[in-house]
Amino acid sequence: MMPFTPTEMMTIAASRALSNDDVCFVGIGAPSAACNVARLTHAPDITLIYESGTIGTAPEVLPLSIGDGELCETAVTTVSVPEMFRYWLQGGRISVGFLGAAQLDRFGNINTTVIGPYDKPKVRLPGGGGAPEIATSCKEIFITMKQATRGMVETIDFFTSFGHGEGGDHRQRLGITTKGPTLLITDLALWRPDPQTKEFTVVSMHPGVTRENVQDTCGWKVRFADGVEETPAPTELELTTLRDLQARTQRAHGGKKGN
Amino acid sequence: MAKFQSLKDAVAENLRDGDTVAFEGFTHLIPHAAAHEAIRQGRRDLTLIRMTPDIIYDQMIGMGLAKTVIFSYAGNPGVGLLRRMRDAIENEWPRAIETVEHSHAAMANAYEAGAAGLPCAVFRGYRGAGLKDVNPAIKSVTCPFTGEELAAVPAHRPDVSFIHAQKANRRGDVLVEGIVGVQKEALLAAKRAVVTVEEIVEDFDDLHPNLCVLPHWTVTAIAHVPGGAHPSYTHGYYPRDNAAYLEWDKISADRDLFTTWMKANVLDVSPEVFASRVEAL
Repeated sequence: MMPFTPTEMMTIAASRALSNDDVCFVGIGAPSAACNVARLTHAPDITLIYESGTIGTAPEVLPLSIGDGELCETAVTTVSVPEMFRYWLQGGRISVGFLGAAQLDRFGNINTTVIGPYDKPKVRLPGGGGAPEIATSCKEIFITMKQATRGMVETIDFFTSFGHGEGGDHRQRLGITTKGPTLLITDLALWRPDPQTKEFTVVSMHPGVTRENVQDTCGWKVRFADGVEETPAPTELELTTLRDLQARTQRAHGGKKGN
Repeated sequence: MAKFQSLKDAVAENLRDGDTVAFEGFTHLIPHAAAHEAIRQGRRDLTLIRMTPDIIYDQMIGMGLAKTVIFSYAGNPGVGLLRRMRDAIENEWPRAIETVEHSHAAMANAYEAGAAGLPCAVFRGYRGAGLKDVNPAIKSVTCPFTGEELAAVPAHRPDVSFIHAQKANRRGDVLVEGIVGVQKEALLAAKRAVVTVEEIVEDFDDLHPNLCVLPHWTVTAIAHVPGGAHPSYTHGYYPRDNAAYLEWDKISADRDLFTTWMKANVLDVSPEVFASRVEAL
């Protein structure tokens, strides 16, 4: 087994959740790395969509922004942003929405808007972008983030995008027909919502991780499934694919600057 | 009817104090040169509309041009937060600004409604989302046919929209290609439309028939500004200057550094510098 970091494990575990048939709406950062590792390993025909309008893109390096030129050059087609949100996302054509989070609660509700009160924020974060509608229009949602008590919190400061709300059938009560968050991939574990309460429950821990590690980096009382599994360690192919992708990305983005 | 003029004249004639204005571009084709000209001309009390206010709105807010910002994602793409905008929201420096916050879907729909001459946009959105509670411009309507509750937001109708594009022909028709974003809608929704272009060509005779072309009679003014999107990019001309976006994170972190940088790189120069900025890319 090749040695690996927790972040590499997170990205690779996330990539395994995607299949060849998926049509995936990709967020920047960790989701983008995971989606492209999937494409470069077990899911070569996966359709990756970035909200800039690029459909079926296959970048050689990870984009720095959601609108890098290479996304367009390698895409099957590029549509306008209104068309992207109306026909493709709202139209129900996306199977998986892949989101990150600044703050997350146990029901998969996400905050990327403000820390502190909305009118007088302690930290003004970038905001929701496409996420409020991604969270309700994609057939299901995967969330990926590194565990930390300031990120995985009892109560989020703002409901940027809706997960399972208060849990249970809250989505159905609001008339939302999609599944919402079905998987949380962290640097320590895989979590799935409880079928009834919809609370995220640890179903698999990455190699070497203890229950204490998971609890110490999470702001709510963690529930563990009966029979928690161990996530298979990254294979050599997965690790070299991810590292090569990141090395290419580093070279491409670290380059020259204009005058 | 499109009028060819200098960027200085195009901005002076079309952007006034108190205007509602959109400088659109979705990572690609961001009209940096036009925004810098607006800063040099010292416009005040603007209501700025943009899906993704990034460096140019950070600069305009930091220089005190903005009264209100209507937006859906305020970040330095791929880098982090907008530090000048944060300073205005959190500390009212250099002045307090009002923010009107939406989702991307709402903003895109609002531009499309503006282009379509409708008073509002209707879409399936904001379900369970907190923005409904803090933005009174987000309302709902019931579909008269199915009874489904849908989100409604007012159409965007800017006084003037600025975009950057690849080419204009001698008649003033404008070609946009690559990631086309929301620029066509932003331009058609506005009362006045100003376009900066990389190149002016004789005609568009050899182009593919379905390319995004804005006819000359939808454009108010065209200014020839090579490199005018830098550090954003123009597909087919020069790549995105990612290092400049990373550098902005440092410049914008400090008020004095920001002020010094703006004087040297915006206030004391003219639109011609943009061509030299993309030469080495």
